[in-house]
Amino acid sequence: MTSLTLVRHIAARPAVVFDAITTAEGISSWWGPDDGPVLLAETDVRVGGRFRVRFRMLDGSEHESTGSYIEVLPPERLVMSWRWTEGGEADEGEAESRIEIALRPLSGGTELSFTHCNLQTDASRDSHQSGWSGSLDKLVRRFALQAGEAA
Amino acid sequence: MENYQRHGLDRVFSALADPTRRAILLQLEQQPGLSVSELARPFSIKLPGVMKHLDVLGDAGLIQRSKVGRTVTVQLAPEPMQEALRWLQKYERFWSASLDRLVSYAEAEEQRLRSAEPLEKER
Repeated sequence: MTSLTLVRHIAARPAVVFDAITTAEGISSWWGPDDGPVLLAETDVRVGGRFRVRFRMLDGSEHESTGSYIEVLPPERLVMSWRWTEGGEADEGEAESRIEIALRPLSGGTELSFTHCNLQTDASRDSHQSGWSGSLDKLVRRFALQAGEAA
Repeated sequence: MENYQRHGLDRVFSALADPTRRAILLQLEQQPGLSVSELARPFSIKLPGVMKHLDVLGDAGLIQRSKVGRTVTVQLAPEPMQEALRWLQKYERFWSASLDRLVSYAEAEEQRLRSAEPLEKER
């Protein structure tokens, strides 16, 4: 399994952050890689509920992703499946990922841990179950950068 | 140059998911061009086990094996790692930009709430 984890410290209480990531109004305010608009955000925040987000980038391209909620524990934890339904990369295909968001109260705010796990093959799922949860991205970086230097 | 499709990337990541295979790669990083038997020496598993791991690494394109006479030597192959790195960097950029904006939005919402709330004695 490959996973990517990003952490942010936010000067806002966990409930505010949880709302920002689960409401259509919240998602419309921050989703996407640039300042292009979110065209559509639908959230049905319960286990099994679906979400859908469509955005347009500044280059004019539109992208849409959908998923369903796997764990919903306000204001601490949110887990969902996630995949591109339009405008993903050609090599992504129907690949499904899993997003895990953990909110931990800090004095003055919240620590948000955001993890994107790639689980689209049996091999990936098996390795996930075998307990490999190390930071694979560090390992990959180390080899890729070293190989790049040697080349 | 070969273009790695999605399932190729899967093979890379599942090859890396095993600690013995990661240890093999680290060893090759330090000592490129080891023979298979030299490579196997530090591991407690026997040679056939190491060969199986080398097959998985070879299928993922992470190593190259070459035969000189009767000796097979092993080298790291960088392209799959670079492809994997590109995938990670793409999503890191995507999510990082979004999360930065989430931080700004949530902090503004918090300020809005606080200015509307009566003062609390203690938090």
